[in-house]
Amino acid sequence: MSASVILTAKHTVSVEIGGTTIALHTLDPSFRRAIENRYAGFLGSSADSHFAFDIDLCEPSESAPADDELHLQMEKGEWSLQRGNFRARWNPESRRGWIRQTYSSYAVDCVLRIVHTLLLARQGGFLVHAASAIRGGKAFLFAGVSGAGKTTISRLAPPDATLLTDEISYVRREGNQYLACGTPFAGELGRAGENVSAPLCGVFLLEKGLQNRIEPVGAAGAIQRLLRNILFFAEDPELVQLVFQSACEFVSLVPVRRLVFVPDPSVWEIIR
Amino acid sequence: MPERYIARSTAIAARLLGGEMMVMSAVDSTFFTLNETATVIWQAADGHTPLSEIVANKICGEFDVDRERAQRGADHFVDELSQHGILLVSDQPLLNSSPPQENP
Repeated sequence: MSASVILTAKHTVSVEIGGTTIALHTLDPSFRRAIENRYAGFLGSSADSHFAFDIDLCEPSESAPADDELHLQMEKGEWSLQRGNFRARWNPESRRGWIRQTYSSYAVDCVLRIVHTLLLARQGGFLVHAASAIRGGKAFLFAGVSGAGKTTISRLAPPDATLLTDEISYVRREGNQYLACGTPFAGELGRAGENVSAPLCGVFLLEKGLQNRIEPVGAAGAIQRLLRNILFFAEDPELVQLVFQSACEFVSLVPVRRLVFVPDPSVWEIIR
Repeated sequence: MPERYIARSTAIAARLLGGEMMVMSAVDSTFFTLNETATVIWQAADGHTPLSEIVANKICGEFDVDRERAQRGADHFVDELSQHGILLVSDQPLLNSSPPQENP
């Protein structure tokens, strides 16, 4: 009897966002290149990986039922994730998971956002629908729903501002301060942010208007608006409580104000 | 109306910040900001004190409002929060409920 051995090369791309590195393993070299291009600027070393996922590519009909809604639940110590074009499992304890998906970086993007959301929830941080930028060593967040002006304010940023994202900001807690970190999650601007971070000095709730002005926002209003923009996928009561507490802590330490602005570079003159 | 007893659900997150009590359901993420009188009822919701007693002692005792109007307001508040599972309501004392406590 003869035995045959098939050697299969595994390709790894490590994506580092907000100081957390997630290794993505695939057997497909062209998909490796695709995700390397997608996360250029956010590539880390696999030796520093905190978590790892095996990616199994499949035909569209094999991945999951055609359902665009995200289903996320904890089952026997593992997170189960499912959306139209992918299924995934992640065990936070073993730090490993797998993704069964079609040939698209969208599924990886979705899994990365969810994993970071779950990790940050336990650390007092969050991902939030907001543009963010660093200027003069200080980071600022510009939060708002689609159409509020996140991409507009990003486009208007002066040359000395470093753009962290025009779509989804990464907020990490460090002691009694928060850091805003760059993300590869881009909105209409179509380009990733810079992979750098800075202490977060203020949040502006965006509102388009006829003149530039900054208005105070009460604590309750700030928390409510922030919660509306924080990405949160799980319906787990404990995690919901953690996110609520994170939002309250955040508002008690970081000024949250309303920024009414006209789409003109002059708006950046009042951001400080 | 029979006597009602109220207690805070454990599936909520609450915080007093800037003089305002914020409450969020951990089940459906509904968010409420309570005014001053609603906060007093919320803080007194220990499962043992009848709602009418809370209204008489805490609301009428601390605010310039007549008993009937205060009771109507309290009933409305309790009905709304109980619909979201934020307050538990019973016609018997809720013996297993713990004293209300906000998150720090």
